[in-house]
Amino acid sequence: MSMVTPPPELPSVGVVPEVPPAGAGAFTPEELELAPSVKPRSLLRRGWEVFAENKLALVSLGVVVFMIGFCFVGPLFYRTDQVHTSLPDYLCHPSASHLLGCNDLGYDLLGRLMVGGQTSLEVGFAAAFVSVLIGTMYGAFSGFIGGPVDALLMRVVDAGLSIPYIMVVIILSVIFHPNTVTMIFVIAVFYWFVVARLIRGETLTLRTREYVQAVKVIGGRKSRAIVRHIVPNSIGTIIVQGTFAVADSILILAGLGFLGLGVSAPATDWGSMLSNGLQYIQSQQNYWWLIYPPGIAIIVTCISFNFIGDALRDAFETRLQRR
Amino acid sequence: MGGGAMTTFLIRRVLQAIIVLIFVTLITMWLIHLVPGGPVVALVGLRATPAQIAYYNHLYGFDQPVWVQYWKWVSQFAQGNFGYSVKNNLSVASEIAQYLPKTLVLVGLGLVVSLIFGIPLGIYQAVKRYTVGDYVLTWVSFLGYATPTFFVGLILIDWFSLKIPLFPSQAPQGTVAQILSQPAALVLPVFCYAFVAYALWSRYMRSSVMDNLVQDYVRTARAKGASERRVLWGHVFRNSLITIVTLLGLSIPTLVAGAIFVEVVFNYPGMGLQFFQAAQNVDFETLMGFTVLATVATVVGNLLADVGYAMLDPRVRYS
Repeated sequence: MSMVTPPPELPSVGVVPEVPPAGAGAFTPEELELAPSVKPRSLLRRGWEVFAENKLALVSLGVVVFMIGFCFVGPLFYRTDQVHTSLPDYLCHPSASHLLGCNDLGYDLLGRLMVGGQTSLEVGFAAAFVSVLIGTMYGAFSGFIGGPVDALLMRVVDAGLSIPYIMVVIILSVIFHPNTVTMIFVIAVFYWFVVARLIRGETLTLRTREYVQAVKVIGGRKSRAIVRHIVPNSIGTIIVQGTFAVADSILILAGLGFLGLGVSAPATDWGSMLSNGLQYIQSQQNYWWLIYPPGIAIIVTCISFNFIGDALRDAFETRLQRR
Repeated sequence: MGGGAMTTFLIRRVLQAIIVLIFVTLITMWLIHLVPGGPVVALVGLRATPAQIAYYNHLYGFDQPVWVQYWKWVSQFAQGNFGYSVKNNLSVASEIAQYLPKTLVLVGLGLVVSLIFGIPLGIYQAVKRYTVGDYVLTWVSFLGYATPTFFVGLILIDWFSLKIPLFPSQAPQGTVAQILSQPAALVLPVFCYAFVAYALWSRYMRSSVMDNLVQDYVRTARAKGASERRVLWGHVFRNSLITIVTLLGLSIPTLVAGAIFVEVVFNYPGMGLQFFQAAQNVDFETLMGFTVLATVATVVGNLLADVGYAMLDPRVRYS
């Protein structure tokens, strides 16, 4: 399995770039031999077959589905009060009534993990969606127009990526009152630059293709070429990048939460829960349930999204589909 | 490649960096104006009366046209005036002078430790690729990406300070000399910082060495009869280092983020902790001053990385 992670201009959180493998794009002799026996199958079908071959990715998909179920369906079965504080339950140990104990305000931790997970997942998905949407449009437009406009637009992207992501995100969450909706904006507003640069690169190769040229020849507008031809043909890159964006957004939200800049109480997210744990881990008591459950939830979710992104990249790689 | 091409490349690249800096200052300026009530509220606080706001608006020239303000702001930055933190009653420049050296100590030590582990283990992974050792280390670096820095810090404190009381859970305080005189207290922050950076170097080193191992020059070296050790260290290692050198220049935002979280977890008295406290105190002057400084460092780092790559790798062509 290739351990590929997003490209160098990724903002600072956790995920890291990788040098492209040697001879990417070239075919090995084996692949060339296999090439003639290709039978046409739908892109999705072939993609799914390659994806399903990757057991780690299937497990990761299962983990993500489980996490979504745990956070959104779980509270229906495991009912807890996550609004009113309950001081008698102050830092109570795990027991039959509170499976993962309580925090310093008496909130049940397992229930809080579900509620916090809702915020983390909602913001993660939504911020990724917004970033990918804006980034794709900007990148496709810039690459398609080309020339000085493209050069200028790309310098804006360079500038956006030069400001350390975590710093600008901290400033934005100081400026805006943090709730779920503003967090999505705060995370996406500087993340889309990454997507824009990637899609612009993709567009540069796509715009020389015959079918894109043909749009121009038969009098189609530029917007049509971009929306109907460039964007659908970069869908692989878009989806892969979107998957990594979810992981990054969850991590950055966790970081902001940890710094006390996340959503306001009584709402919470996995990072805010950890921030709470920092105070109590220092006291000689072993309040393990305050830090390990949310920490592990973040790690497991983010690793899963990264594995899924890797597998999707393989699945969309036409090179690998020639078999 | 002639010297002319290199000069043209340098001039173009520097011009690009200058354009990027102009956009960066525009974006930062826009950020200040995003504050509800405008830059004056950012300065005097959210509870100022309208009369106070009008007074300071005039005093600081915020009632002038935007381009005049922009020019004044940029020229002040160019002169080393990064603003004045009303909350700390200290100029941002002197805050930087006070905290930057301490952060550099942490980042420097963390980088050294991460490179000491990351480079050899990355090479090991590439040479022994697809073995158990490679898979284990791959998982370690994957954990490095997916684990938030602050959670690594919490685990380190829990295991090596509380469960097994080996090291203090707090970073050393005081001046740079005082910090360096307490190595035991530095261990956990430095290793926390190094773990995150380790994932970066080892992944890069692995793929870079794997790339280089299939190059023609390796086959040539082997054909000449060079030993496997000589091929690896004399040829592949040196070429792979090019990647690491450029990567160092490109990873300043990552290093900044690491410093913020490590300093907050371990209460390390550097710029990251100061930045965090500025966020808590709604001290926009400090936030903006530090951000512009880190951004300029990033732009310069990217520029140096590109130039360094061009100079170190004779295969690079400029078009």
